[in-house]
Amino acid sequence: MSAFGSREAGPQATYENYLAEGRFMIQRARSTGEYVFWPRVAAPSGATDLEWVEAGGGGTIYAITVNRSRSGSWNVALIDLDEGVRMMSTLPDVETATIGARVTARIETAPNGPRIVFDLVKEDAA
Amino acid sequence: MSGASMRGKSAIVGMATAGMGEAPGFSAMELLGQAAIAAVRDAGLKLQDIDGVFAATSSHAFPTMSVVEYLGLKPRFFDSTNVGGSSFELHLLQATLALEAGLCDAALVCYGSNQRTAGGKLVSMSEPQWHETPYGPRHPITAYALAASRHMAQYGTTREQLAEVALAARGWANLNPQAFARGPLTKEEVLSARMISDPLTRADCCLVTDGAAACVLVRADRAKDLSAKPVYFLGAGAANYHRSIVAMPDLTTTAAAESGPRALEMAKVGRDELDLVMLYDAFTINTILFLEDLGFCPKGEGGRFVEDGRIAPGGELAVNTNGGGLSCVHPGMYGLFLIAEAVAQIRGEAGERQIEGCELALCHGNGGTLSSQCTAILGSDATL
Repeated sequence: MSAFGSREAGPQATYENYLAEGRFMIQRARSTGEYVFWPRVAAPSGATDLEWVEAGGGGTIYAITVNRSRSGSWNVALIDLDEGVRMMSTLPDVETATIGARVTARIETAPNGPRIVFDLVKEDAA
Repeated sequence: MSGASMRGKSAIVGMATAGMGEAPGFSAMELLGQAAIAAVRDAGLKLQDIDGVFAATSSHAFPTMSVVEYLGLKPRFFDSTNVGGSSFELHLLQATLALEAGLCDAALVCYGSNQRTAGGKLVSMSEPQWHETPYGPRHPITAYALAASRHMAQYGTTREQLAEVALAARGWANLNPQAFARGPLTKEEVLSARMISDPLTRADCCLVTDGAAACVLVRADRAKDLSAKPVYFLGAGAANYHRSIVAMPDLTTTAAAESGPRALEMAKVGRDELDLVMLYDAFTINTILFLEDLGFCPKGEGGRFVEDGRIAPGGELAVNTNGGGLSCVHPGMYGLFLIAEAVAQIRGEAGERQIEGCELALCHGNGGTLSSQCTAILGSDATL
């Protein structure tokens, strides 16, 4: 076991390996309890005793835009996970959504590999 | 030595631009070279006098090496710090430090791009961020659109208010013969322009032009003996928290909230003393964010602040009097053109758009996706 990942790989590769196994894993510092995303070798506080934990999957839309082009439109959102970290993602099943809406994560198999995407939780679905 | 000791230690004694707008048939380095030669000539110096070189471009991995070779320079000091469009505000500080330390005697700060005629798209060497790539962001606009979406949700900022920024820029551009986008523009035209990344339309985006700029700095004691009216370096400050928009702590507050006060403190200048405010307007939301973060209005009030032509010609606050990145020039890294306009205004050479009695200007550079923020304060000899 390496100091930073649960496998003999760096944080990025470890994250991607978990994702390929169907698991949404993020880092947490044992000493401070802070969560870290995207994966790296130290938390913003400087803590390096990072372990991998399953993300709860719940989150809130912090910001959202719709990229529009002749070849199609897709939304790009920043999601605040309940663990207190932010990630870029998308809501593939809706054109757009309201900032502040609750979302839940799932793993989608995209052409370039698995990725985390989000769906609106029921009461916010249009 | 405190930062305040750099106040008034150097001056811009030569300034020039080249290839503003469209320059078909010229490479980025050819345009940069033209601007550099003209700036050195403006200072009454020879190229061989330049012994400090500061450069950043979007097309050269090693910009100072390329500039030095192209112009036949043999500098003692050089610095290719690349913090995107804000590089040049930082270069003013680096050049002043190097001049004051005696590491060089005449510093050239330069930039050039032919992105419009070379392909018509933003040229960038910026590498994708692996944790963003699966979602297809089209930076820079996706990042700025996310910031705008958040500002609208949090503070009630409207698309009409964003449009006010574009209209003010066009108003100033219509007074500037060098501006690329001139002519009438209505709020309806801005609002009905093609949506690119909600809530930003094509009219909320800066131009894609060619263009080069260069300036020459010397120590202040030598500036008085040269041909051009010196424009003094009074202060600069920088702040940077992030690279990727994902890591920006609060999308409604940029690091300009720290770089601005740092620059003003070094310059010993109050915000209300400024005659000219040059803000890096890559997108309309930038102007609103920077007016707030630099303290011209409270956080969240930027949209209301720009209403009723307050930053347009004839308004209360002179902002982006060249027409900005939105309507004058934006070759990819715009920061040096902020400085060019401030120098023109302080020298009193701004023609129809000249601000009466312009002695003190703030130039605020932005780099990356609201990432690097660098503020510089320039003034006439009356402000020393």
